[in-house]
Amino acid sequence: MSELLISIAPLNWLLDPLTHEFMRRALMVSALVGGVCGLLSCYMTLKGWALMGDAVSHAVMPGVVVAYALGLPFSLGAFVFGVGSVALIGFIKQKSRIKEDTVIGLVFTGFFALGIVLVSKIKSNIDLMQILFGSPLGISQSDVKQTLIISFIVIFILLLFRKDLMLYCFDAKHARSIGINTGILHYLLLTLLSLSAVVGLQTVGIILVVAMLITPGATAYLLTDRFDRMTILAVISSSFSSILGVYISYWSDIETGGSIVLVQTLIFLIAFLFAPKYGIFKNQTLINNG
Amino acid sequence: MNPIFKSHEKDFMRIEADQVCVDYNGTVALYDASLNLKAGSICGLVGMNGAGKSTFFKALMGFVRPSTGKIRLNGLRVNQAQKDQTVAYVPQNEGIDYAFPVSVWDVVMMGRYGAMNIFRIPRESDRRAVFHALERVDLLDLRNRPIGSLSGGQRKRAFLARAIAQRASVLLLDEPFAGVDVPTEKLMAELFLQFRQEGHTILISTHDLNHVRDFCDFVVLINKTVLAYGETSEVFTSENLNKTFGGMPPNPLSGPESSKNFVNE
Repeated sequence: MSELLISIAPLNWLLDPLTHEFMRRALMVSALVGGVCGLLSCYMTLKGWALMGDAVSHAVMPGVVVAYALGLPFSLGAFVFGVGSVALIGFIKQKSRIKEDTVIGLVFTGFFALGIVLVSKIKSNIDLMQILFGSPLGISQSDVKQTLIISFIVIFILLLFRKDLMLYCFDAKHARSIGINTGILHYLLLTLLSLSAVVGLQTVGIILVVAMLITPGATAYLLTDRFDRMTILAVISSSFSSILGVYISYWSDIETGGSIVLVQTLIFLIAFLFAPKYGIFKNQTLINNG
Repeated sequence: MNPIFKSHEKDFMRIEADQVCVDYNGTVALYDASLNLKAGSICGLVGMNGAGKSTFFKALMGFVRPSTGKIRLNGLRVNQAQKDQTVAYVPQNEGIDYAFPVSVWDVVMMGRYGAMNIFRIPRESDRRAVFHALERVDLLDLRNRPIGSLSGGQRKRAFLARAIAQRASVLLLDEPFAGVDVPTEKLMAELFLQFRQEGHTILISTHDLNHVRDFCDFVVLINKTVLAYGETSEVFTSENLNKTFGGMPPNPLSGPESSKNFVNE
Protein backbone atom coordinates (compact mmCIF):
# COMPACT_ATOMS: atom_id res chain seq x y z
CA MET A 1 0.00 0.00 0.00
CA SER A 2 2.86 2.37 0.74
CA GLU A 3 4.13 1.88 -2.80
CA LEU A 4 0.75 2.92 -4.04
CA LEU A 5 0.79 6.01 -1.90
CA ILE A 6 4.16 7.06 -3.23
CA SER A 7 3.47 6.20 -6.83
CA ILE A 8 0.42 8.43 -7.10
CA ALA A 9 0.18 12.06 -6.22
CA PRO A 10 -1.74 12.71 -2.97
CA LEU A 11 -4.29 14.85 -4.75
CA ASN A 12 -5.03 12.08 -7.18
CA TRP A 13 -5.24 9.71 -4.25
CA LEU A 14 -8.12 11.82 -3.02
CA LEU A 15 -9.76 12.80 -6.30
CA ASP A 16 -9.43 9.75 -8.49
CA PRO A 17 -12.00 7.65 -6.56
CA LEU A 18 -14.48 10.51 -6.85
CA THR A 19 -14.73 9.99 -10.58
CA HIS A 20 -16.64 6.80 -9.90
CA GLU A 21 -20.32 7.06 -9.07
CA PHE A 22 -20.14 4.08 -6.68
CA MET A 23 -17.29 5.68 -4.75
CA ARG A 24 -19.02 9.01 -4.38
CA ARG A 25 -22.02 7.14 -3.05
CA ALA A 26 -19.92 4.98 -0.74
CA LEU A 27 -18.08 7.99 0.68
CA MET A 28 -21.25 9.95 1.27
CA VAL A 29 -23.08 7.07 2.92
CA SER A 30 -20.08 6.10 5.02
CA ALA A 31 -19.54 9.64 6.27
CA LEU A 32 -23.21 10.01 7.16
CA VAL A 33 -23.42 6.61 8.84
CA GLY A 34 -20.19 7.39 10.68
CA GLY A 35 -21.68 10.63 11.93
CA VAL A 36 -24.92 9.02 13.08
CA CYS A 37 -23.21 6.15 14.87
CA GLY A 38 -20.59 8.52 16.29
CA LEU A 39 -23.27 10.74 17.80
CA LEU A 40 -25.11 7.82 19.35
CA SER A 41 -21.87 6.24 20.59
CA CYS A 42 -21.53 9.06 23.14
CA TYR A 43 -24.74 7.94 24.83
CA MET A 44 -23.82 4.26 24.58
CA THR A 45 -20.44 4.70 26.25
CA LEU A 46 -21.71 7.07 28.93
CA LYS A 47 -24.72 4.90 29.73
CA GLY A 48 -22.58 1.76 29.74
CA TRP A 49 -24.54 0.12 26.97
CA ALA A 50 -21.68 -1.31 24.90
CA LEU A 51 -22.95 -4.84 25.40
CA MET A 52 -26.47 -3.72 24.55
CA GLY A 53 -25.11 -2.25 21.30
CA ASP A 54 -23.42 -5.54 20.52
CA ALA A 55 -26.63 -7.41 21.25
CA VAL A 56 -28.95 -5.26 19.18
CA SER A 57 -26.60 -5.13 16.21
CA HIS A 58 -26.36 -8.93 16.09
CA ALA A 59 -30.03 -9.45 16.78
CA VAL A 60 -31.11 -7.53 13.66
CA MET A 61 -29.64 -10.31 11.48
CA PRO A 62 -32.78 -12.50 11.09
CA GLY A 63 -34.80 -9.33 10.45
CA VAL A 64 -32.57 -8.39 7.54
CA VAL A 65 -32.83 -11.89 6.06
CA VAL A 66 -36.61 -12.10 6.43
CA ALA A 67 -37.07 -8.61 4.97
CA TYR A 68 -34.95 -9.46 1.94
CA ALA A 69 -36.79 -12.71 1.43
CA LEU A 70 -40.18 -10.95 1.57
CA GLY A 71 -39.03 -8.07 -0.57
CA LEU A 72 -39.52 -5.54 2.21
CA PRO A 73 -37.10 -2.75 3.09
CA PHE A 74 -34.29 -4.44 5.04
CA SER A 75 -34.40 -1.63 7.61
CA LEU A 76 -37.94 -2.55 8.58
CA GLY A 77 -37.03 -6.15 9.35
CA ALA A 78 -33.88 -5.10 11.17
CA PHE A 79 -35.77 -2.60 13.25
CA VAL A 80 -38.46 -5.08 14.29
CA PHE A 81 -35.91 -7.64 15.39
CA GLY A 82 -33.68 -5.04 17.04
CA VAL A 83 -36.50 -3.72 19.20
CA GLY A 84 -37.84 -7.26 19.65
CA SER A 85 -34.52 -8.45 21.06
CA VAL A 86 -34.47 -5.56 23.53
CA ALA A 87 -38.01 -6.33 24.64
CA LEU A 88 -37.15 -10.01 25.03
CA ILE A 89 -34.03 -9.16 27.05
CA GLY A 90 -36.14 -6.99 29.34
CA PHE A 91 -38.80 -9.68 29.66
CA ILE A 92 -36.42 -12.53 30.50
CA LYS A 93 -34.52 -10.37 32.95
CA GLN A 94 -37.71 -9.40 34.75
CA LYS A 95 -39.21 -12.88 34.83
CA SER A 96 -36.14 -14.89 35.81
CA ARG A 97 -33.26 -14.73 38.25
CA ILE A 98 -30.64 -14.61 35.51
CA LYS A 99 -28.25 -11.63 35.51
CA GLU A 100 -28.62 -9.03 32.80
CA ASP A 101 -25.34 -9.58 30.94
CA THR A 102 -26.08 -13.28 30.70
CA VAL A 103 -29.56 -12.58 29.33
CA ILE A 104 -28.11 -10.15 26.77
CA GLY A 105 -25.52 -12.65 25.58
CA LEU A 106 -28.09 -15.40 25.47
CA VAL A 107 -30.67 -13.47 23.46
CA PHE A 108 -28.38 -11.93 20.87
CA THR A 109 -26.54 -15.15 20.03
CA GLY A 110 -29.89 -16.88 19.69
CA PHE A 111 -31.13 -14.23 17.26
CA PHE A 112 -27.84 -14.26 15.38
CA ALA A 113 -27.94 -18.04 15.02
CA LEU A 114 -31.51 -17.79 13.76
CA GLY A 115 -30.30 -15.32 11.14
CA ILE A 116 -27.53 -17.61 9.93
CA VAL A 117 -29.89 -20.59 9.74
CA LEU A 118 -32.42 -18.51 7.80
CA VAL A 119 -29.79 -17.39 5.30
CA SER A 120 -28.80 -20.97 4.59
CA LYS A 121 -32.40 -22.13 4.31
CA ILE A 122 -34.18 -19.35 2.45
CA LYS A 123 -33.52 -19.57 -1.27
CA SER A 124 -32.69 -16.06 -2.34
CA ASN A 125 -29.82 -14.02 -3.59
CA ILE A 126 -28.86 -12.82 -0.11
CA ASP A 127 -25.14 -12.59 0.26
CA LEU A 128 -24.24 -13.67 3.77
CA MET A 129 -20.85 -12.00 3.50
CA GLN A 130 -22.48 -8.70 2.59
CA ILE A 131 -24.68 -8.77 5.70
CA LEU A 132 -21.87 -9.86 7.97
CA PHE A 133 -19.18 -7.56 6.68
CA GLY A 134 -21.05 -4.75 4.92
CA SER A 135 -20.28 -3.38 1.50
CA PRO A 136 -20.56 0.37 1.14
CA LEU A 137 -18.85 0.14 -2.25
CA GLY A 138 -21.67 -2.00 -3.59
CA ILE A 139 -24.59 -0.20 -1.94
CA SER A 140 -27.71 0.03 -4.09
CA GLN A 141 -29.70 3.16 -4.83
CA SER A 142 -32.68 2.01 -2.74
CA ASP A 143 -30.41 1.16 0.20
CA VAL A 144 -28.92 4.64 -0.03
CA LYS A 145 -32.37 6.14 0.21
CA GLN A 146 -33.27 4.07 3.27
CA THR A 147 -29.98 4.91 4.91
CA LEU A 148 -30.47 8.63 4.31
CA ILE A 149 -33.99 8.61 5.74
CA ILE A 150 -33.08 6.62 8.86
CA SER A 151 -29.94 8.66 9.45
CA PHE A 152 -31.81 11.93 9.40
CA ILE A 153 -34.51 10.57 11.70
CA VAL A 154 -31.87 9.47 14.22
CA ILE A 155 -29.93 12.74 14.01
CA PHE A 156 -33.11 14.78 14.37
CA ILE A 157 -34.30 12.89 17.45
CA LEU A 158 -30.87 12.88 19.06
CA LEU A 159 -30.49 16.61 18.61
CA LEU A 160 -34.02 17.31 19.80
CA PHE A 161 -33.70 15.23 22.96
CA ARG A 162 -29.97 15.51 23.53
CA LYS A 163 -30.26 17.22 26.90
CA ASP A 164 -32.95 14.90 28.20
CA LEU A 165 -30.97 11.87 27.07
CA MET A 166 -27.79 13.30 28.55
CA LEU A 167 -29.57 13.86 31.86
CA TYR A 168 -31.03 10.35 31.66
CA CYS A 169 -27.52 8.90 31.22
CA PHE A 170 -26.06 11.04 34.01
CA ASP A 171 -28.74 10.98 36.68
CA ALA A 172 -31.96 9.15 35.81
CA LYS A 173 -33.30 9.64 39.34
CA HIS A 174 -33.15 13.39 39.04
CA ALA A 175 -34.74 13.20 35.61
CA ARG A 176 -37.66 11.31 37.11
CA SER A 177 -37.96 13.59 40.09
CA ILE A 178 -38.47 16.63 37.84
CA GLY A 179 -41.25 14.88 35.96
CA ILE A 180 -39.35 13.59 32.92
CA ASN A 181 -40.65 10.21 31.73
CA THR A 182 -37.46 8.15 31.87
CA GLY A 183 -39.24 5.02 30.68
CA ILE A 184 -39.90 6.73 27.36
CA LEU A 185 -36.30 7.95 27.18
CA HIS A 186 -35.04 4.42 27.85
CA TYR A 187 -36.98 2.97 24.96
CA LEU A 188 -36.25 5.98 22.77
CA LEU A 189 -32.54 5.37 23.22
CA LEU A 190 -32.96 1.66 22.50
CA THR A 191 -34.96 2.47 19.37
CA LEU A 192 -32.26 4.87 18.20
CA LEU A 193 -29.73 2.13 18.88
CA SER A 194 -31.66 -0.30 16.68
CA LEU A 195 -31.92 2.28 13.90
CA SER A 196 -28.23 3.14 14.13
CA ALA A 197 -27.29 -0.52 14.02
CA VAL A 198 -29.37 -0.79 10.86
CA VAL A 199 -27.54 2.02 9.11
CA GLY A 200 -24.19 0.97 10.56
CA LEU A 201 -24.37 -2.51 9.13
CA GLN A 202 -24.55 -0.92 5.66
CA THR A 203 -20.96 0.15 5.88
CA VAL A 204 -19.20 -2.22 8.26
CA GLY A 205 -21.62 -5.16 8.53
CA ILE A 206 -23.31 -6.77 11.49
CA ILE A 207 -20.19 -8.14 13.13
CA LEU A 208 -18.34 -4.84 13.32
CA VAL A 209 -21.21 -2.40 13.73
CA VAL A 210 -20.79 -2.37 17.50
CA ALA A 211 -17.40 -0.72 16.93
CA MET A 212 -19.18 2.16 15.20
CA LEU A 213 -21.47 2.42 18.23
CA ILE A 214 -18.79 2.61 20.92
CA THR A 215 -15.32 3.44 19.61
CA PRO A 216 -15.92 7.08 18.57
CA GLY A 217 -17.59 7.78 21.90
CA ALA A 218 -14.76 6.16 23.81
CA THR A 219 -12.18 8.18 21.85
CA ALA A 220 -14.01 11.46 22.41
CA TYR A 221 -14.49 10.64 26.10
CA LEU A 222 -10.70 10.61 26.52
CA LEU A 223 -10.37 14.02 24.91
CA THR A 224 -12.81 16.28 26.76
CA ASP A 225 -14.75 16.94 29.94
CA ARG A 226 -17.68 18.53 28.14
CA PHE A 227 -20.60 16.61 26.78
CA ASP A 228 -21.22 18.88 23.78
CA ARG A 229 -17.57 18.74 22.76
CA MET A 230 -17.61 15.00 23.21
CA THR A 231 -20.45 14.61 20.73
CA ILE A 232 -18.72 16.88 18.19
CA LEU A 233 -15.40 15.04 18.53
CA ALA A 234 -17.11 11.65 18.25
CA VAL A 235 -18.94 12.67 15.09
CA ILE A 236 -15.79 14.12 13.51
CA SER A 237 -13.56 11.15 14.36
CA SER A 238 -16.21 8.68 13.26
CA SER A 239 -16.96 10.36 9.91
CA PHE A 240 -13.27 10.88 9.27
CA SER A 241 -12.52 7.20 9.99
CA SER A 242 -15.30 6.14 7.65
CA ILE A 243 -14.07 8.30 4.78
CA LEU A 244 -10.42 7.37 5.28
CA GLY A 245 -11.38 3.72 5.64
CA VAL A 246 -13.24 3.74 2.33
CA TYR A 247 -10.28 5.42 0.58
CA ILE A 248 -7.80 2.90 1.96
CA SER A 249 -10.14 0.09 1.03
CA TYR A 250 -10.38 1.44 -2.53
CA TRP A 251 -6.65 1.84 -3.09
CA SER A 252 -5.40 -1.28 -1.38
CA ASP A 253 -8.33 -3.56 -2.14
CA ILE A 254 -9.08 -4.58 1.43
CA GLU A 255 -12.42 -5.23 3.13
CA THR A 256 -14.09 -1.83 3.65
CA GLY A 257 -15.74 -2.55 7.01
CA GLY A 258 -12.52 -3.82 8.52
CA SER A 259 -10.64 -0.87 7.13
CA ILE A 260 -13.07 1.68 8.63
CA VAL A 261 -13.05 0.05 12.06
CA LEU A 262 -9.27 -0.29 12.05
CA VAL A 263 -8.87 3.43 11.39
CA GLN A 264 -11.29 4.11 14.26
CA THR A 265 -9.32 1.82 16.53
CA LEU A 266 -6.05 3.52 15.58
CA ILE A 267 -7.53 6.93 16.39
CA PHE A 268 -8.67 5.54 19.71
CA LEU A 269 -5.18 4.22 20.44
CA ILE A 270 -3.67 7.62 19.65
CA ALA A 271 -6.13 9.25 22.05
CA PHE A 272 -5.46 6.55 24.62
CA LEU A 273 -1.73 7.26 24.48
CA PHE A 274 -1.57 10.99 23.90
CA ALA A 275 -4.85 12.57 25.06
CA PRO A 276 -3.85 15.79 26.84
CA LYS A 277 -5.58 14.99 30.12
CA TYR A 278 -6.56 11.33 30.08
CA GLY A 279 -3.89 9.74 27.86
CA ILE A 280 -1.39 7.42 29.52
CA PHE A 281 1.44 9.81 28.68
CA LYS A 282 -0.39 12.77 30.14
CA ASN A 283 1.93 13.24 33.09
CA GLN A 284 5.08 13.15 30.99
CA THR A 285 4.81 16.76 29.89
CA LEU A 286 3.76 17.90 33.33
CA ILE A 287 6.81 16.25 34.86
CA ASN A 288 9.10 17.65 32.15
CA ASN A 289 7.73 21.14 32.54
CA GLY A 290 7.73 21.06 36.30
CA MET B 1 -52.88 9.41 64.15
CA ASN B 2 -50.49 12.28 64.36
CA PRO B 3 -50.36 14.22 67.61
CA ILE B 4 -48.72 17.40 66.35
CA PHE B 5 -50.97 18.74 63.63
CA LYS B 6 -54.67 19.40 63.93
CA SER B 7 -56.81 18.08 61.14
CA HIS B 8 -57.75 21.51 59.77
CA GLU B 9 -54.10 22.21 59.08
CA LYS B 10 -53.90 19.26 56.74
CA ASP B 11 -54.38 21.41 53.68
CA PHE B 12 -51.11 23.13 54.30
CA MET B 13 -49.07 19.98 54.42
CA ARG B 14 -46.02 19.83 52.23
CA ILE B 15 -45.55 16.10 52.67
CA GLU B 16 -48.50 13.91 53.44
CA ALA B 17 -48.11 10.15 53.59
CA ASP B 18 -51.06 8.15 54.78
CA GLN B 19 -50.68 4.48 55.74
CA VAL B 20 -48.25 3.79 52.93
CA CYS B 21 -47.30 0.17 52.25
CA VAL B 22 -44.65 -0.86 49.77
CA ASP B 23 -43.73 -4.37 48.82
CA TYR B 24 -41.23 -5.74 46.33
CA ASN B 25 -42.62 -8.90 44.71
CA GLY B 26 -44.41 -9.84 47.91
CA THR B 27 -41.65 -8.88 50.35
CA VAL B 28 -42.91 -6.09 52.54
CA ALA B 29 -40.41 -3.23 52.75
CA LEU B 30 -42.65 -0.71 54.45
CA TYR B 31 -46.10 -0.86 56.00
CA ASP B 32 -48.54 1.64 57.48
CA ALA B 33 -46.05 4.47 57.19
CA SER B 34 -47.69 7.81 57.83
CA LEU B 35 -46.09 11.21 57.96
CA ASN B 36 -47.28 14.80 57.80
CA LEU B 37 -44.87 17.65 57.38
CA LYS B 38 -45.85 21.28 57.15
CA ALA B 39 -44.08 24.10 55.34
CA GLY B 40 -40.90 25.32 56.98
CA SER B 41 -39.78 22.25 58.84
CA ILE B 42 -36.79 19.97 58.92
CA CYS B 43 -37.42 16.33 59.61
CA GLY B 44 -34.93 13.54 60.11
CA LEU B 45 -35.75 10.07 58.81
CA VAL B 46 -33.82 7.73 61.05
CA GLY B 47 -33.45 3.99 60.90
CA MET B 48 -31.04 1.18 60.29
CA ASN B 49 -29.93 0.17 56.82
CA GLY B 50 -32.70 -1.94 55.38
CA ALA B 51 -35.28 -0.40 57.70
CA GLY B 52 -37.13 1.15 54.77
CA LYS B 53 -35.64 4.64 54.66
CA SER B 54 -34.79 4.52 51.00
CA THR B 55 -38.06 2.75 50.22
CA PHE B 56 -39.91 5.60 51.91
CA PHE B 57 -37.88 8.07 49.84
CA LYS B 58 -38.59 6.15 46.66
CA ALA B 59 -42.28 6.16 47.44
CA LEU B 60 -42.24 9.92 48.06
CA MET B 61 -40.48 10.44 44.74
CA GLY B 62 -42.79 8.10 42.87
CA PHE B 63 -40.04 5.59 42.05
CA VAL B 64 -42.03 2.80 43.65
CA ARG B 65 -45.79 2.64 43.75
CA PRO B 66 -47.26 2.00 47.19
CA SER B 67 -49.46 -1.08 47.24
CA THR B 68 -51.82 0.73 49.59
CA GLY B 69 -52.00 4.16 51.16
CA LYS B 70 -51.64 7.55 49.57
CA ILE B 71 -48.99 10.22 49.24
CA ARG B 72 -49.53 13.90 48.56
CA LEU B 73 -46.90 16.56 48.09
CA ASN B 74 -48.24 20.12 48.43
CA GLY B 75 -51.63 18.48 48.18
CA LEU B 76 -50.79 16.98 44.77
CA ARG B 77 -50.26 13.43 43.63
CA VAL B 78 -46.59 12.59 43.30
CA ASN B 79 -46.35 12.66 39.49
CA GLN B 80 -48.23 15.95 39.36
CA ALA B 81 -46.00 17.40 42.06
CA GLN B 82 -42.93 16.37 40.06
CA LYS B 83 -44.21 18.19 36.98
CA ASP B 84 -44.71 21.26 39.17
CA GLN B 85 -41.08 21.04 40.31
CA THR B 86 -42.21 20.50 43.89
CA VAL B 87 -39.63 17.89 44.86
CA ALA B 88 -35.86 18.07 44.66
CA TYR B 89 -33.80 15.03 45.42
CA VAL B 90 -30.20 15.32 46.57
CA PRO B 91 -28.56 11.94 45.96
CA GLN B 92 -25.88 10.18 47.92
CA ASN B 93 -22.46 10.69 46.40
CA GLU B 94 -22.13 7.01 45.53
CA GLY B 95 -25.10 7.04 43.16
CA ILE B 96 -23.50 9.33 40.59
CA ASP B 97 -21.03 8.72 37.74
CA TYR B 98 -18.42 11.38 38.45
CA ALA B 99 -16.47 10.61 35.30
CA PHE B 100 -19.38 12.00 33.29
CA PRO B 101 -18.26 14.88 31.07
CA VAL B 102 -20.27 17.71 32.63
CA SER B 103 -19.19 20.86 34.42
CA VAL B 104 -20.48 22.01 37.81
CA TRP B 105 -22.50 24.65 35.97
CA ASP B 106 -24.07 21.97 33.73
CA VAL B 107 -25.07 19.88 36.74
CA VAL B 108 -26.75 22.80 38.50
CA MET B 109 -28.46 23.79 35.24
CA MET B 110 -30.07 20.33 35.23
CA GLY B 111 -32.16 21.61 38.14
CA ARG B 112 -33.78 24.04 35.71
CA TYR B 113 -34.67 21.49 32.99
CA GLY B 114 -38.12 20.83 34.37
CA ALA B 115 -39.00 24.52 34.09
CA MET B 116 -37.66 24.84 30.54
CA ASN B 117 -39.46 24.00 27.31
CA ILE B 118 -38.85 20.71 25.48
CA PHE B 119 -35.63 21.97 23.83
CA ARG B 120 -34.14 22.74 27.27
CA ILE B 121 -32.65 26.02 26.11
CA PRO B 122 -31.71 28.07 29.17
CA ARG B 123 -33.18 31.53 29.44
CA GLU B 124 -31.65 34.44 31.28
CA SER B 125 -33.77 33.62 34.35
CA ASP B 126 -32.43 30.04 34.35
CA ARG B 127 -28.85 31.28 34.23
CA ARG B 128 -29.56 33.69 37.06
CA ALA B 129 -31.06 30.88 39.14
CA VAL B 130 -27.99 28.71 38.56
CA PHE B 131 -25.62 31.56 39.34
CA HIS B 132 -27.48 32.38 42.53
CA ALA B 133 -27.58 28.73 43.62
CA LEU B 134 -23.84 28.33 43.07
CA GLU B 135 -23.29 31.49 45.06
CA ARG B 136 -25.26 30.12 48.00
CA VAL B 137 -23.22 26.92 48.19
CA ASP B 138 -19.99 28.85 47.61
CA LEU B 139 -19.03 27.06 44.38
CA LEU B 140 -19.13 30.00 41.97
CA ASP B 141 -15.38 29.93 41.44
CA LEU B 142 -15.46 26.26 40.48
CA ARG B 143 -18.42 26.48 38.12
CA ASN B 144 -16.46 25.61 34.98
CA ARG B 145 -14.65 22.65 36.52
CA PRO B 146 -15.68 19.08 35.60
CA ILE B 147 -17.92 17.66 38.32
CA GLY B 148 -15.47 14.79 38.83
CA SER B 149 -12.64 17.13 39.82
CA LEU B 150 -14.47 18.29 42.96
CA SER B 151 -13.94 16.92 46.45
CA GLY B 152 -16.65 14.90 48.18
CA GLY B 153 -17.97 17.92 50.06
CA GLN B 154 -17.93 20.13 46.97
CA ARG B 155 -19.82 17.48 45.01
CA LYS B 156 -22.48 17.41 47.68
CA ARG B 157 -22.73 21.18 47.51
CA ALA B 158 -23.08 21.06 43.72
CA PHE B 159 -26.08 18.74 44.01
CA LEU B 160 -27.52 20.92 46.75
CA ALA B 161 -27.14 23.87 44.37
CA ARG B 162 -29.05 21.91 41.77
CA ALA B 163 -31.90 21.49 44.24
CA ILE B 164 -31.78 25.21 45.05
CA ALA B 165 -31.84 26.11 41.35
CA GLN B 166 -34.88 23.90 40.94
CA ARG B 167 -36.72 26.06 43.52
CA ALA B 168 -38.52 23.03 44.88
CA SER B 169 -40.49 23.44 48.08
CA VAL B 170 -39.78 19.88 49.24
CA LEU B 171 -36.18 18.73 49.55
CA LEU B 172 -35.32 15.07 50.03
CA LEU B 173 -31.73 14.52 51.10
CA ASP B 174 -30.18 11.08 51.20
CA GLU B 175 -27.44 10.86 53.84
CA PRO B 176 -26.33 14.46 53.22
CA PHE B 177 -23.58 14.39 55.81
CA ALA B 178 -21.93 11.15 54.75
CA GLY B 179 -18.34 11.77 53.76
CA VAL B 180 -18.35 15.56 53.72
CA ASP B 181 -15.69 17.87 55.14
CA VAL B 182 -16.28 20.16 58.10
CA PRO B 183 -16.70 23.42 56.09
CA THR B 184 -19.32 21.76 53.89
CA GLU B 185 -21.09 20.37 56.90
CA LYS B 186 -21.25 23.83 58.47
CA LEU B 187 -22.40 25.42 55.24
CA MET B 188 -25.09 22.81 54.74
CA ALA B 189 -26.37 23.17 58.29
CA GLU B 190 -26.65 26.93 57.79
CA LEU B 191 -28.38 26.47 54.46
CA PHE B 192 -30.90 24.05 55.93
CA LEU B 193 -31.87 26.59 58.55
CA GLN B 194 -32.23 29.25 55.84
CA PHE B 195 -34.38 26.87 53.79
CA ARG B 196 -36.64 26.37 56.76
CA GLN B 197 -36.93 30.13 57.15
CA GLU B 198 -37.91 30.36 53.49
CA GLY B 199 -40.68 27.84 54.01
CA HIS B 200 -39.05 24.79 52.46
CA THR B 201 -39.72 21.39 53.91
CA ILE B 202 -36.66 19.20 54.26
CA LEU B 203 -36.63 15.48 54.84
CA ILE B 204 -33.20 14.10 55.69
CA SER B 205 -32.50 10.42 55.61
CA THR B 206 -29.68 9.64 58.00
CA HIS B 207 -28.37 7.34 60.64
CA ASP B 208 -26.26 10.02 62.23
CA LEU B 209 -28.12 10.85 65.43
CA ASN B 210 -26.01 13.88 66.31
CA HIS B 211 -27.07 15.81 63.26
CA VAL B 212 -30.69 15.00 63.93
CA ARG B 213 -30.37 16.37 67.45
CA ASP B 214 -28.67 19.51 66.17
CA PHE B 215 -31.17 20.86 63.70
CA CYS B 216 -34.11 18.60 62.94
CA ASP B 217 -37.41 19.94 64.27
CA PHE B 218 -39.03 16.57 63.80
CA VAL B 219 -37.89 13.00 63.70
CA VAL B 220 -39.38 9.92 62.12
CA LEU B 221 -38.03 6.70 63.56
CA ILE B 222 -38.49 3.92 61.11
CA ASN B 223 -38.13 0.16 61.11
CA LYS B 224 -40.37 -1.29 58.39
CA THR B 225 -42.99 1.13 59.69
CA VAL B 226 -43.06 4.44 61.50
CA LEU B 227 -42.19 3.58 65.11
CA ALA B 228 -42.38 7.10 66.44
CA TYR B 229 -42.90 10.49 64.95
CA GLY B 230 -42.92 13.95 66.46
CA GLU B 231 -40.79 16.77 67.74
CA THR B 232 -37.18 15.76 68.15
CA SER B 233 -37.03 16.42 71.88
CA GLU B 234 -40.06 14.20 72.55
CA VAL B 235 -39.27 11.37 70.18
CA PHE B 236 -35.58 11.04 70.84
CA THR B 237 -35.91 8.90 73.94
CA SER B 238 -33.64 5.97 74.61
CA GLU B 239 -36.68 3.72 74.61
CA ASN B 240 -37.66 4.78 71.09
CA LEU B 241 -34.12 4.53 69.86
CA ASN B 242 -33.86 1.05 71.28
CA LYS B 243 -36.95 0.07 69.35
CA THR B 244 -35.56 1.61 66.18
CA PHE B 245 -32.20 -0.05 66.38
CA GLY B 246 -33.49 -3.38 67.48
CA GLY B 247 -32.64 -3.44 71.15
CA MET B 248 -29.11 -2.20 70.67
CA PRO B 249 -28.50 1.25 72.12
CA PRO B 250 -27.13 3.16 69.15
CA ASN B 251 -23.59 4.31 69.39
CA PRO B 252 -23.22 7.50 67.38
CA LEU B 253 -19.53 6.87 66.85
CA SER B 254 -19.74 3.44 65.31
CA GLY B 255 -23.11 4.05 63.70
CA PRO B 256 -26.22 1.94 63.84
CA GLU B 257 -24.91 -0.58 61.27
CA SER B 258 -22.92 -2.24 63.99
CA SER B 259 -26.11 -3.19 65.73
CA LYS B 260 -27.56 -4.86 62.66
CA ASN B 261 -25.55 -8.04 62.95
CA PHE B 262 -26.50 -8.28 66.57
CA VAL B 263 -30.16 -8.28 65.71
CA ASN B 264 -29.77 -11.02 63.17
CA GLU B 265 -28.30 -13.39 65.69
